[in-house]
Amino acid sequence: MAVATLPTVKDFAVTDSHPDWCGGCGDFGILNAVKQALAQRGRAPHDVMVVSGIGCSGKLPHYVRTYGLHTLHGRVLNVATGVKLANRDLEVLAVGGDGDGYGIGAGYFVNSGRRNVDFTYLVHNNGVYGLTKGQASPTMQRGMQVKSMPEPAIIDAVNPIGLAISSGYTFIARGYAMAQRELVGLIVQAMEHRGTALIDILQPCPVYNDLLTIDFFRGRDIGHQRTYALADEGYDGKVHDPSNIDEIVAKQQAALAKSYEWGDRIPMGVLYQIDLPTFEDGVTSRRPEFEKTSLMDGARPGMDVSSLEDRFR
Amino acid sequence: MPPSDLSLMIGGPAGSGVNPSSEIFMKACSRAGLFVFTNVEYHSNIHGRHIFFRIRTADEPITSHVERVDVLLALDSETIYGTDPHQDYQSHKGHLHEVVPGGAIVVDAKVGITAENLGRDDVRLLSLPYDDIVRSAVEEHGLEYNARRHAVMANMVPLGACCALLDFDVDRVIPIVAERLPERHQNLVPINRSVLHHAWQAAHDVLGDEGFSQTLHPCDDQPSRMLIAGHEAIGIAKLHAGCAFQTYYPIAPASDESVYLEALQADWPIVVLQAEDEVASMNMAVGAAHAGVRAATSTAGPGFTLMAEGMGFASITEAPGPVVVLYQRGGPSTGLPTRNSQQDLRFALQPAHGEFPHIVVAPGDVEESAQFTHLAFNWGDRYQVPVVVLADKFIANSHFTVDSLGLKGLPVDHGAIWAGDANGAEPYRRHQLTSSGVSPRSVPGTPGGEFVTTSDEHTERGRIEEDIDNRIDQMDKRMGKLDIMLREIPEEEQFTLHGAEEADLTIVSWGSTRCPIRDAIRQVERESDIRVNNLQIRLLRPFPADAVREILEQANRLLLLEDNYAGQLGLLIAEQTGIQIEEKALKYTGRPFSQDEVAEVIRRQVPATAAVAAAHGS
Repeated sequence: MAVATLPTVKDFAVTDSHPDWCGGCGDFGILNAVKQALAQRGRAPHDVMVVSGIGCSGKLPHYVRTYGLHTLHGRVLNVATGVKLANRDLEVLAVGGDGDGYGIGAGYFVNSGRRNVDFTYLVHNNGVYGLTKGQASPTMQRGMQVKSMPEPAIIDAVNPIGLAISSGYTFIARGYAMAQRELVGLIVQAMEHRGTALIDILQPCPVYNDLLTIDFFRGRDIGHQRTYALADEGYDGKVHDPSNIDEIVAKQQAALAKSYEWGDRIPMGVLYQIDLPTFEDGVTSRRPEFEKTSLMDGARPGMDVSSLEDRFR
Repeated sequence: MPPSDLSLMIGGPAGSGVNPSSEIFMKACSRAGLFVFTNVEYHSNIHGRHIFFRIRTADEPITSHVERVDVLLALDSETIYGTDPHQDYQSHKGHLHEVVPGGAIVVDAKVGITAENLGRDDVRLLSLPYDDIVRSAVEEHGLEYNARRHAVMANMVPLGACCALLDFDVDRVIPIVAERLPERHQNLVPINRSVLHHAWQAAHDVLGDEGFSQTLHPCDDQPSRMLIAGHEAIGIAKLHAGCAFQTYYPIAPASDESVYLEALQADWPIVVLQAEDEVASMNMAVGAAHAGVRAATSTAGPGFTLMAEGMGFASITEAPGPVVVLYQRGGPSTGLPTRNSQQDLRFALQPAHGEFPHIVVAPGDVEESAQFTHLAFNWGDRYQVPVVVLADKFIANSHFTVDSLGLKGLPVDHGAIWAGDANGAEPYRRHQLTSSGVSPRSVPGTPGGEFVTTSDEHTERGRIEEDIDNRIDQMDKRMGKLDIMLREIPEEEQFTLHGAEEADLTIVSWGSTRCPIRDAIRQVERESDIRVNNLQIRLLRPFPADAVREILEQANRLLLLEDNYAGQLGLLIAEQTGIQIEEKALKYTGRPFSQDEVAEVIRRQVPATAAVAAAHGS
């Protein structure tokens, strides 16, 4: 790290660009949490790269002072993978929406879980495609109809947590955009985790989703906050012995069960975590040099390849 | 025809040993100081469908095949007669008709072909008992013959017979066999040697004193040459260029290159990642390029279709690369997965929506494939664009003899890198408008160089911006890079006018057709007074329109030669120069042009306007 003192939230502030999100959007909460988490993580802005997909959430890198790539719809995980493998010294944060990650990017969501490259993935999950004016996203449940939809949804929602478990994600958490302190803590934990860390972040879309509103999460209709912290109830999603298949299965089953909990009580926090070899570990097992040297430092343009040529003589 | 120009064919069902037999023999010829060219035709099939290698050797450089077959080593009757002629389309017509009068066919006796039923009385038939020959060789070593263990050595029999036919020292084959066997199987080398010798003797007995019309003379005074396929040459070039990250998704005929590189990961500084599809491959490579690494991916047409959006993304965000090697195969759609074509030129020129700069370069042979792959990384860095290296199945799978790949000493150019701002007052601008037309790039991790860039239209600072003036500035900046490339890339890299400056006929081409064209020109000029040259255009985007127009205007007669239906280079030339080339030789059979076909096109007295649709027995 080039800076002598630890960075503060201010170091991640952008002054020449202002969010054009709607008032009351959960994106603000996630942006603030990202900046605070980066400061807590103690990485200098130039050591961080935020990679985003397309949609309202995709604009996030424009509002945080780090390196940033605002990429394509559904391809954020591909780009983040390339960035991280190219330069392992970077703290890589992938950011995208629910449509981006669970719809158009669903194939990459699954395969990124299998690959377990060391980066953090934040999914802004609001149930709708906001930037195209409120169509149902993959997390919109069957039968639901928000005000922007002409008809109720006639297909089932994807279960992001369940999909993440079966895809092999090694850190799976759920956050809420309006619960700042908890979200900051989750993002820090996710960054500290070795491997791909997913946080599915529930957030209101005040313009198009009139069902998953702040009032809904507050539970105005039922008299108590719907979201609750798993940790408060003694839930422990961490696999303490990754070689113990029984523990793995039990923890995955518990997380899956929690992922279906919806309605009056919505669980928040780390649902599942396990320490498993990352993709980088796999590469290192093939070539030990990779452990110490990022690709960008290891490459030697113009190097002598005559020994390879000679193999063909 | 030079006396030692020999055309040998090895054919049989896929999985029966055609590949190793061919690779062993071609290597033996190369080691004997001969120039070698081989190409392979195979089906999209693992086991059973017809596959054949043409192995051509000569005492001068050759880069294409000829139609005739001097010696045919057939592993089954289909190789000789083809498939059932009563099918709607006979899958192939066999190679019997390609064997020259006085040529030879070597076949296993159990296939049941005799001189009486062969159907040709002007061809020598060597029908040898392969299993018996192997058995006697095995027993000579005091071992009991075991078909499960030893039958595989039957592949040595036709090679031994071939050596007898061509008066080629059979012991030249042994070291190649030994090199291919793993350490634990080295004890099989002496048995293989015996098989080769027994086969040699058996063939010799059939031939008697009469001998055979052709011989294979070693040229041991020649320098040691490489025998290498295009996909390997391109892989080596990537390492030479410092490419540290290669992504791919399995696809014929491109994945051979990535698999070759995968095997080198332990000792060379590259990570090869097999992605979930080509969308992922492309965008991973773009991410790695932005993060400061020379990155590449390789694919064929169907995969490049999926890479389209990534091309536009890389270009608008001014990523330094990646380099995309596109091995063309027969399209559209799944098309002819294992066959050759030049059908993707127009697609490569405009692979995605919108208007954006990128580079398309088409190397013509194995050395150019290596050298232009290296240069592609320089261009990607220097102009901050994705670069398409347009190769094809012919380049990927053909073997060529070369002294070296010519990589040593090629320059390494990373373009303008932002090294920090002395006073730190000005915020870094990733897409800065500069007099050079290119913005110095900051490599992520550099303090003070933080930037954001986006697939949206953006400002110099990389912020999303839809303002009209900004749009004009950024479009002009990006598209202007095409003019800079044309100015800076040396003309000898952009195109070559090969052959006589004053020619009766100028063949206009791009890509690998250079190989049969050059061989055919040499042949025709040797046999007649016709003077022919070849304008081989490598740089297809940006297109050197002025230089090409000048050459075309001075030519006496123009002929366009391409491996596609539409004459895609002709369309590009018409668009860029206004010149329509009327005379065309177009082939879209999925098979590459042979030297003979090009020679025939050259010799035609009347202009050719119809497509060449030469029928091959394949």
